Amino acid sequence: MTMPFFSPPDDPGPDFAGLLRRSGLAPEAPTSDVAARMPITHATTVVAIRYADGVVMAGDRRATSGNLISHRAIEKVFPADRHSGVAIAGAAGPAMEMVKLFQLQLEHYEKVEGSALSLEGKANQLGQMVRGNLGAALQGLAVVPLFAGYDVLRGTGRLFQYDVTGGRYEESNFASTGSGSLHAGTVVKIGFREGLERAQALDLAVTALFQAADDDSATGGPDLVRGIYPTVATITAAGFEKVTEAEIAERFGDLIEVLAAREPAIPGRLPETGTDTGDDV
Amino acid sequence: MSMPFYVAPEQVMKDRADYARKGIARGRSLAAVVYADGILVAAENPSSTLRKVSEIYDRIAFAGVGKYNEFDQLRIAGVRAADLKGYAYSREDVDARSLANNYASILGQVFTHEMKPMEVEILVAEVSAEPAGDQLFHILYDGTVMDENRYTVLGGEAEAIATRLGELWSDGLDLQGAVRAAVAALGGPDRALGPDELEVALLERTTRRRAFRRVERHELLSLLPAVEATADPAGAPAEGGD
Repeated sequence: MTMPFFSPPDDPGPDFAGLLRRSGLAPEAPTSDVAARMPITHATTVVAIRYADGVVMAGDRRATSGNLISHRAIEKVFPADRHSGVAIAGAAGPAMEMVKLFQLQLEHYEKVEGSALSLEGKANQLGQMVRGNLGAALQGLAVVPLFAGYDVLRGTGRLFQYDVTGGRYEESNFASTGSGSLHAGTVVKIGFREGLERAQALDLAVTALFQAADDDSATGGPDLVRGIYPTVATITAAGFEKVTEAEIAERFGDLIEVLAAREPAIPGRLPETGTDTGDDV
Repeated sequence: MSMPFYVAPEQVMKDRADYARKGIARGRSLAAVVYADGILVAAENPSSTLRKVSEIYDRIAFAGVGKYNEFDQLRIAGVRAADLKGYAYSREDVDARSLANNYASILGQVFTHEMKPMEVEILVAEVSAEPAGDQLFHILYDGTVMDENRYTVLGGEAEAIATRLGELWSDGLDLQGAVRAAVAALGGPDRALGPDELEVALLERTTRRRAFRRVERHELLSLLPAVEATADPAGAPAEGGD
């Protein structure tokens, strides 16, 4: 691989996607309706919640192809750079490619320019990438990311939602996307308060995913048998940090205990019906 | 039609080399030192915004002396080559040796074929898990590559500084020792360089993906000998340095 030099008018500047295009390495959009012809792996529910120190991002681990569960331990929450993260829902292949490109773009910009983009600049970059994927989205490969980060200039967590056209919508308190987002979003909406502590924010995120998994078949709940739990990360002044699996497992344990105590109607403890009582006698 | 004057190839090359060397000697020099926990690059640079040392990739740094716009072009080309290679293949496939070879061929090509040679000397450094594996590629204006695994000096006064650094360098230096050796060698017996005249960056031997880190002014201040002790060119440990 030789060194890429450009004449001043052709120079892509700090734009990595532009550099890929000029180098002939840019991924191509599919030419036909892929989703209609074959099952495509899809990723589902992710949420982001602002709290006192920054933002919590969480995503379930299930990927589906039609009615099949194609992966049980897929990752949907990624660091974008030191102070921001990106979570994905939609067609898994293009979504992961977009995350990879986004990470590279932020790092490439930082290295070429000698300083990092602002959080707003990063959010806009991701919007452009989603819009760039519109061709693929029309072929059934839609990607809908969630972007959140700690704005070092403002000293607060901020979060952004997108639609398939690259529309960028900043949310003030929380955001969710994917097939279970309706349920997850409602749980977060009811539980959200200003200035949540870290533990409260994690509990809220975990509860939201649990309830989404309860009502949406494409969202995976905690897999107690295999020990697979949702991915949860915090983004604060200290940077992007994944919450350990042990801590998430503990929070799920607490949640399940609370839920079990509240509802007697979990499997095996269904209220007895008339015919059941008849059998018992 | 007039005949061009004949000039012997030896003379052409000598003139070009003299021209490039003169350009390089106008700027300040730079030293790279392998120490226990990584590679240190220290440059005499009064500007706090125009950098001589920068990050190329996860474990690779770049440094240049001479004409700023020329080595900055080379730096950006290096970042692009590394990022493209990491994207097309894998992050592990990006290495300093291949970058150094690329740079050498570009500089060699420009030296022999262009109107004007590049007035630069550059360094490509890669940190590894062990000090013995660290690589320093020092590339001259004409494409000559020299590889070192202890220390190297770039710039007009390279020989004098390298001699001083050779006396101060030892195997297994800690960060403070490496900073003091490099800064004392750059300054020489008559000058004590302060944090405002220096640009210092590290490739740290960490498990983090990105090993490159700049040493900012306040940290540098704590690593350099205290002001009253800076008369000692050897940079002997001074009281109050912490």
